[in-house]
Amino acid sequence: MSDISRFVSGLLSDTDNAPDLLLQHLCSIQHQYSHIPEEAIQLLSEQLNIPRVEIVSIAYFYAFLHTSDRGDFDIRFSDNITDRMLGSLPLLESLCKKLGVEPGKPREDGRVSVDLTSCTGICDQGPALLVNGMAISRLDEDRIHKMVGLIEAGIPITKWPKKFFVIEDNIQRRDKLLDDVITRGSAIEAFAVRGSDALLESIDKSGLRGRGGAGFKTATKWRFCRDAPGQEHYVICNADEGEPGTFKDRILLNSYANVVFEGMTMCAGVIGATKGFLYLRGEYLYLRPSLESLLQDRRDAGLLGKDILGRKGFNFDIEIHMGAGAYICGEESALIESLEGKRGIPRNRPPFPVTHGYKNQPSVVNNVETFVAAARIAVFGADWFQSAGTEKSCGTKLLSISGDCAWPGIYEYPYGVSIRQILEDCGAEDTQAVQVSGAAGFTIPPQEFYRTIAFEDVPTGGSFMIFNQQRDLLDMVQNFNRFFCHESCGFCTPCRIGGTLMENLLNKVMVGHATAYDLEEMKKIGHLMQKTAHCGLGTTAPNAILDTLEKFPGIYSKRLLNRSYEPAFDLDAALGVSRHITGRDDEAAHIRYER
Amino acid sequence: MSTEKTFRLDGKEIPFEDGETVMDAALRAGEYIPHLCHNPDYEPHGSCRICVVDVNGKHQCSCTLPAGEGMEVDNSSEAIVDKRRTLLQMLFVEGNHICPACEKSGACQLQAVAYQTGMLNPHFTHFFPKRSIDASHPDIVFYFNRCILCGLCVRVSRDIDKKAVFSLSGRGHRTRIIFNSPSGKAVDTQLAITDKAVSVCPTGAILPKHLGYETPIGERLYDCLPISVVGDAAKHHSARKPFINGGPDE
Repeated sequence: MSDISRFVSGLLSDTDNAPDLLLQHLCSIQHQYSHIPEEAIQLLSEQLNIPRVEIVSIAYFYAFLHTSDRGDFDIRFSDNITDRMLGSLPLLESLCKKLGVEPGKPREDGRVSVDLTSCTGICDQGPALLVNGMAISRLDEDRIHKMVGLIEAGIPITKWPKKFFVIEDNIQRRDKLLDDVITRGSAIEAFAVRGSDALLESIDKSGLRGRGGAGFKTATKWRFCRDAPGQEHYVICNADEGEPGTFKDRILLNSYANVVFEGMTMCAGVIGATKGFLYLRGEYLYLRPSLESLLQDRRDAGLLGKDILGRKGFNFDIEIHMGAGAYICGEESALIESLEGKRGIPRNRPPFPVTHGYKNQPSVVNNVETFVAAARIAVFGADWFQSAGTEKSCGTKLLSISGDCAWPGIYEYPYGVSIRQILEDCGAEDTQAVQVSGAAGFTIPPQEFYRTIAFEDVPTGGSFMIFNQQRDLLDMVQNFNRFFCHESCGFCTPCRIGGTLMENLLNKVMVGHATAYDLEEMKKIGHLMQKTAHCGLGTTAPNAILDTLEKFPGIYSKRLLNRSYEPAFDLDAALGVSRHITGRDDEAAHIRYER
Repeated sequence: MSTEKTFRLDGKEIPFEDGETVMDAALRAGEYIPHLCHNPDYEPHGSCRICVVDVNGKHQCSCTLPAGEGMEVDNSSEAIVDKRRTLLQMLFVEGNHICPACEKSGACQLQAVAYQTGMLNPHFTHFFPKRSIDASHPDIVFYFNRCILCGLCVRVSRDIDKKAVFSLSGRGHRTRIIFNSPSGKAVDTQLAITDKAVSVCPTGAILPKHLGYETPIGERLYDCLPISVVGDAAKHHSARKPFINGGPDE
């Protein structure tokens, strides 16, 4: 029996060969062998009775899975714009140079790969990277230098300095959610004593709306799910915090995970679920061991498992499922597909997950922060929660603040706080723009800093990135668009193709070959994506382009050619190959355009 | 009570039954809504977005949208047709669609829908992707240059032929069709010329060998009548003529 075959058998022996665990198995195999070997694909196909083509297609879908070996050290630099602003690219270059490796390709000896990845959620302590899935923060030349030594000496990352892997909570402002930790079991107790109807009424009265950004009323969602017929009901916690610039769930799962699990257990009691999932983004792999041990503690304490709190028939347990580098899986129906072990393609809706979710059964999918809020409302009451915020946006919101400010980190504010106030508190000066709600969000210019964080004004899942006057906002726009091109699932025409068309047009602007006509083209493509894309990723992907075209026209117009039309074919760029071959880069080797 | 439920499509009353989509009901009533990834014989998919319609001010995909009483559906205003045309132009520049050199020309749904929407040029800059041809199978050839990633072959092979010969792999603009064989070649799969999956392709990406130009250009399905009249090419298939090139079978 080969090593691979032993490993795969070991994975499968723990389970009843359930096909929905396929992605989890692939993650384990990737972690063990730094790729998915052909032999493993065949074994999985035979034993799970899944066509090999589907297994291969899943391996190609998730960014953290590979069919070719990534080596002993698989390094990925977080490529959010905030990482770049903190100098990630020169550090990546430096690491590549010192290791003698080309980005995106394993080194010739096959031992190490260096690549980029989407935002890893450590924007307040960047630049950051992942090595074999584990996060390293606060990169600088010194840290890069030490990494090179460790890699060349073949020291496994378990023996690397512990301080490399320290990720701080970095909480700068606390309010209702972060103020104090509730006693373990108290939210479930409150639910058990008061019953499902009273709890739902309380959550309803509190005005709690989903914290992921869309803002659906939590009590309504739970009620719909409870009342939907099904053999099983499921509670799913969406911890696939992939929106660039967001990292609040990282803190909640690190220091408030008990409250998250309380909220999930309460929800299970309300909707009648016996099984729940925490879908944890692959980038937060380092949080998994502590979460698993916390779950075990809760089982030992009678807060999970059979007859919770001694109440007959109140059975519920939570399983952690890992993501594998796919932003789209933050979309609830794509997340469910991924939980079922498939590619993360958003489903057609209706039906919605509350009636047809995981395994087509009624399921509640809520954000991590929503479960925390719900648990605290159960303990402290609706009035306590409602006393903060605005009429339409009750309570508080965690903001993940990064970019150009003195004190990046987590800020909890009552809804209704103005952007100006936030900027003042976090020590931002000379601010050119704020990107609220991530790459998919809104670009806010200074004349709109009076606006407030609220569902009825500027809604957000929590990302808040600040850009000062020295920044070129077009770098941000380009970074976001590349992110969406990389993360598009490829299902629908407008998103799959629109992103690339935008990328080409943005490049044209960047190199100074675009005209006013090209900006109109970008608007046309953007509006088409907004109107016709299949899911929220596609409809929001053009937001940063459309927002900046409207509110920051100067970043485009200063680069435009003053003519009515310029062909897309760029003669000078086409000569690039010849320049490369001849080793020339002098004036005569270029065709210059007049402005 | 037996009063029929209806919605309005371009002002015309269309009856529907509970659970029917706007597309199903429209096609049943003889009204054509352009579509590519949808095939009325199979489950709706909703990926190409060509069947976009305006329903009470919102753009929706008619192949996946459940019909509702009193809906006002706009299927033919210039605003909607313009969106479709742009989506088609996107599909045309994403692949390498050289109609004059394609054996499917005249019987190709992509081409026919492009004519139907009045698409006169690809508008956008071509991506000119490098895509392969798989001619390994004795009876079937695959031109991936012409694939629009609608997933029809994938779905039909999996759900109807029960063979799962294909899958869509990768994501975003790197999405592509792959074969269910360790070699990655069509010949090493269970695919047979008689499979339904072979005949559902709305473009010239999947073609039978040995039948080239049986029907001359000019006499093919959409050369004779527009797609809004004759409908999908696949529905004219028969055992005798698995790949319709000419007009509807007698």
